[in-house]
Amino acid sequence: MVQFTDVFKSYENGTKALRGISFTIQDGEFVFLVGPSGSGKTTIIKLLTGEIAPTDGTVMVNDYNLGAMRFSKMPYMRRTLGVVFQDYRLIEDKTVYENVAFAMRVIGASNKEIRRRVPYVLELVGLDTRTRRKPQELSGGEQQRVAIARALVNNPRLIIADEPTGNLDPARSLEIMMLLQKINELGTTVLVVTHEKELVESFSKRVIAIDAGKIISDGMDGYYKYER
Amino acid sequence: MRGNRFTYYIREGVSSIFNHGFMSFASVCIIVACLLIMGSFTLLAFNVDNIIDTMESQNELMAFVDDSLSREEAEALKTGIEAVPNVDHAVFVTRETAWDDFVDTYENPRFFEGLDASVTRDRYVVYLEDISLMEETQNRLTNDVPGIDWVRAHLKISQGFVRIRNVVTLVSIALVAVLFVISLFIMSNTIKLTTFERRDEIAIMKMVGATSTFIRWPFVVQGLILGLIGSLVSFTLEWGIYEVLVQQLLSGAGISFLTVIPFYQVSIPILIAFGVVGLGVGVIGSLLAIKNYLKV
Repeated sequence: MVQFTDVFKSYENGTKALRGISFTIQDGEFVFLVGPSGSGKTTIIKLLTGEIAPTDGTVMVNDYNLGAMRFSKMPYMRRTLGVVFQDYRLIEDKTVYENVAFAMRVIGASNKEIRRRVPYVLELVGLDTRTRRKPQELSGGEQQRVAIARALVNNPRLIIADEPTGNLDPARSLEIMMLLQKINELGTTVLVVTHEKELVESFSKRVIAIDAGKIISDGMDGYYKYER
Repeated sequence: MRGNRFTYYIREGVSSIFNHGFMSFASVCIIVACLLIMGSFTLLAFNVDNIIDTMESQNELMAFVDDSLSREEAEALKTGIEAVPNVDHAVFVTRETAWDDFVDTYENPRFFEGLDASVTRDRYVVYLEDISLMEETQNRLTNDVPGIDWVRAHLKISQGFVRIRNVVTLVSIALVAVLFVISLFIMSNTIKLTTFERRDEIAIMKMVGATSTFIRWPFVVQGLILGLIGSLVSFTLEWGIYEVLVQQLLSGAGISFLTVIPFYQVSIPILIAFGVVGLGVGVIGSLLAIKNYLKV
């Protein structure tokens, strides 16, 4: 579960990125977070992943209070998350299989666990025939699927997808969104951050819209206000 | 699971060395160069110390016995002299022996016709434990031992020895410290370059929940291996260069009186010092390099 309670965030240069945001995402939900550039979307992601701390207010992620938590606990909080980025962030000199296995290896999973889990996840994202390819040998959509598989492999409670279709054509974008929806149906909470209005409207999901660091609407079935 | 991790650290550390072959080679070369200079100065300091020790042992005080004392009374002063702090031991020399020795230093005995041993005095040759306390010991012998008339000391020579030893020690310590910092800086930059190239990988590791320790270890292993290679190469080179120099030095005309410490006598401390410095530079350098990437 994600819970923002009256969260403010100001940066050292004086920018007020968030001005008192409150919302809750329950376990198992699929939520879009939308807003124009500079609205505070990236700040919310950074707060969720523990890269930055709130200036004021409380951020709870999967039972961890990020503002009050010791830094040494951060890796354990992050293991409950899977993050997907617009630019995929794959390791170029590793194969598809190694990229996904890497996420398990660095948290200390055994070889046996890795051999069992990675093929399952790659099959789930439809890449079971591409395991030995390097990222540059794959299309953009396939690379994003690898990134999703990597986010999924440690069985996170929440997947945060930051503009996951930003570099893809409409057909591939739809495929990726369908995949995220499938993952959600399997029980994982999914938060998709995007500014692609058409994509959001084609799915009947909850949408939180923000602008200038404030929530301007929080509605179901793909409805949202794009501007104040 | 622990075995898995250990293998992972080693494999990642070693592969990083080969993936950044040129920088690895450069950092080993820098460590070798710094250790060679450090080692050479340390060996020089050892040898200077050894030579000064030898010279010190030959630089003694001469304590002259009061003429009014009988031979037996003069000989009895030995215990009192050796009880003075900083006196290692004292050797009694009769005036006759001293006279004969003196005459023997000149080729023409006719200079001393009409003279005999009565013109000299019974004396003690006093050997010291610490040459830097010569003046203090001279005063104590003169003032605290009744029967000693006066004491001759080559204070300027002793002060010269002490000054040379102090300068060599200070220069060696300063040089070792400066070179250690230089090595640390270069090693840190080498590993920083590796971490910079792998910053995306490190960011992914942080994002999926790798602990800082897990991220840090492969870099520490990398530094450790580079430091170890640097230590062993420089130790071997130091040994070879020292042996060649000693051969050249001892075979040179006019300087064969020098006593040089054989390398095997100091090889263990040198090996330990090289190992500690090499590994220290490797580990501390890698920890410094990775520090900034672990803050997120």
